[in-house]
Amino acid sequence: MRNVFLVSISVLLSASIICDVAAQQPAKAVKPVLEIKLGYIRAYEPQLALSVLDVAPRDEGVAGAEVAVADNNTTGSFLGQKFSLDVVEVKLGADVVAAYEELVQKGVTYFLTDLSAPQLLSIADLAQDKGLLIFNVGSTDDSLREEECRSNVFHAAPTRTMLADGLAQYLIWKQWRRWVLVHGSHDADKQFADALRRAATRFGGEIVAEKEFADTGTARRTDSGVVQIQRQMPVFTQDFPEHDVLLVADESEVFGTYLPYRTWVPRPVAGTAGLVPSAWHPASEQWGGTQIQNRFAKANGRRMLSKDMAAWTAARIIGEAATRTQVADTAKIADFIRSEDFSIAAFKGQKLTFREWNWQLRQPIFLGDDRSVVSTSPQEGFLHQVSELDTLGIDQPETKCVLD
Amino acid sequence: MLRKLTLLSIGFAGATSLCSPAFAYMVYVSNEKDNTVTVVDSTTMEVVRTIDVGQRPRGITISHDGKYIYLCASDDDTIEIIDTATHEIVGSLPSGPDPELFVLSPDGKTLYVANEDDNLVTVIDLESKGVLAEVPVGVEPEGMGISPDGKSMVNTSETTNMAHFIDTATNEITHNVLVDSRPRFAEFKPDNSEVWVSSEIGGTVSVIDNSTREIKHKISFEIPGLRSEAIQPVGVRITADGKKAYVALGPANRVAVVNTETYEVEKYVLVGQRVWQLAFTPDQKTIISTNGVSNDITFIDVATDEPVQSVTVGALPWGVVVSPN
Repeated sequence: MRNVFLVSISVLLSASIICDVAAQQPAKAVKPVLEIKLGYIRAYEPQLALSVLDVAPRDEGVAGAEVAVADNNTTGSFLGQKFSLDVVEVKLGADVVAAYEELVQKGVTYFLTDLSAPQLLSIADLAQDKGLLIFNVGSTDDSLREEECRSNVFHAAPTRTMLADGLAQYLIWKQWRRWVLVHGSHDADKQFADALRRAATRFGGEIVAEKEFADTGTARRTDSGVVQIQRQMPVFTQDFPEHDVLLVADESEVFGTYLPYRTWVPRPVAGTAGLVPSAWHPASEQWGGTQIQNRFAKANGRRMLSKDMAAWTAARIIGEAATRTQVADTAKIADFIRSEDFSIAAFKGQKLTFREWNWQLRQPIFLGDDRSVVSTSPQEGFLHQVSELDTLGIDQPETKCVLD
Repeated sequence: MLRKLTLLSIGFAGATSLCSPAFAYMVYVSNEKDNTVTVVDSTTMEVVRTIDVGQRPRGITISHDGKYIYLCASDDDTIEIIDTATHEIVGSLPSGPDPELFVLSPDGKTLYVANEDDNLVTVIDLESKGVLAEVPVGVEPEGMGISPDGKSMVNTSETTNMAHFIDTATNEITHNVLVDSRPRFAEFKPDNSEVWVSSEIGGTVSVIDNSTREIKHKISFEIPGLRSEAIQPVGVRITADGKKAYVALGPANRVAVVNTETYEVEKYVLVGQRVWQLAFTPDQKTIISTNGVSNDITFIDVATDEPVQSVTVGALPWGVVVSPN
């Protein structure tokens, strides 16, 4: 092929040097290259999971941002824009200000964060003072979009209430209205349980009973044993009243994976195990999904997960705004992202836009098991006067967010 | 020339199909999910044959003499050549990785291929089956249109959101025009004056002036009772007289008929579910749509813009082409 190409150059064009340059570089840079520096701050420590298949990949999230930066650079080659990504890691719950400052020193003006709510808040106002923008790709915490919302923090990750509402709409569509709820004893588990209770009230589901599964500090899959699980889970779920679905809220990976197929009565499990709501599914092929899945798998040697998609979307939002505005300046980019003209395509069947009252990205929610996509919400018939995507999560009339 | 061919055929038709009022064309439909091409007779509107092809067949076109079908077998990273007389795969072209859609030059000698995974347009010489050039374009190249005078071609990149104008003499990009989200298709007007580029997620068709290479008009669509997000323009075809454009609207399950003078939508034709690509019969009496989700194609009468009949084909029909004779 290379031979043919070279021959064609000499035959077709006597000025072969010009052709060669043109073939290497898609666009001649007429103006100086605009540099747009992205930083990625993540809290990371190896985490246990009940199933070894659920242990998060080392580069979860970051890999998605890298693919998006490569995409942005392809587009940037036609416009004289160059995007870069610097990644800094801190421990879970650790101080992130130093990591943030390190990136600021390097000239980073756009921050993608995979941090806890307190960690994110510790840098949000520092960034605001400097006019820098933060894109939350890791936290589903509703408080970051409500009481603790910030005008310079955009949220690419969905919230717990969006995830819970997406799941609840499907269960209602199925006419599976009677639910029981098992939640873990950690804060995150309780917050997701709250989101599920809220969804039940909103869409007409009924939680007929609840139970807490306390984390007693075992080493999970290493010492609990299959026999114990098989005997304990039926007993744990034995005294529930009649129900259609068992909901589980176990973000902490203590027991949720052990519920499907082990309940006292044969009922589907949904929530953090069984049918799981998420921002993306590694098997989604609809809406051009095959293309991003192939591109991601080729670059990273693994399937694309929800956090990868949130990070890809965040970095693409910055790229899209830079393409349309032809500037690197954060104030102008922020103005464009906040304007009515802004939307982003992210392989979810429709354009995604931001909620202007708290800068949460509107997005459909995937519902899938560990093999395939079962459905996507919003479900048919859940109507809204502005956008059907606003049937997912806390809506404008209920918001506690006050942006300055 | 078409007219001549038709007359000739009528002369010979006496023995075989006296009662057939219209000339029978063959309609070829690529079915993305079951790796087949369905062959449908345009007169009887019945399936005459199903051809097993490579993996994930999408873009499909036919040589000007009607002898060969060219088919993007995307997951096999090749373009298959199908003999229309035998329906056998008789060869392949070096397409580059993941070919999705292509366009044949007006002289029938060159094929321009969008390589979705590699951000390239590959230029293939059909006689030598050799690669003439690879043109780097934006992310996820898909739509491919060529001007009737053959001088310029347009590729659209779905994530970069540009229409890239490529000079076919030099195989270099001359202009990059930003359009709305996920541009899927580029169609030149027969008089070379305009390029129509559909934006699936943006929900619009950008009309680009081919002399200034600037957007002169944006067409948007409105269907009562449908959310605007469900209106996703993909395939675009303009009649040979340049007067009417047909735009497939994806999950809106309709094909819009647009007046090319006023840019007004004159009608929405209800077809099957998730309509993507379109092809005219050579006599321009019929336009055929591929309806991916309902696994069928719809024949639309161009004179009345009424749907005539839908025909079930394979799984997830993607592209469609009609034999020239």
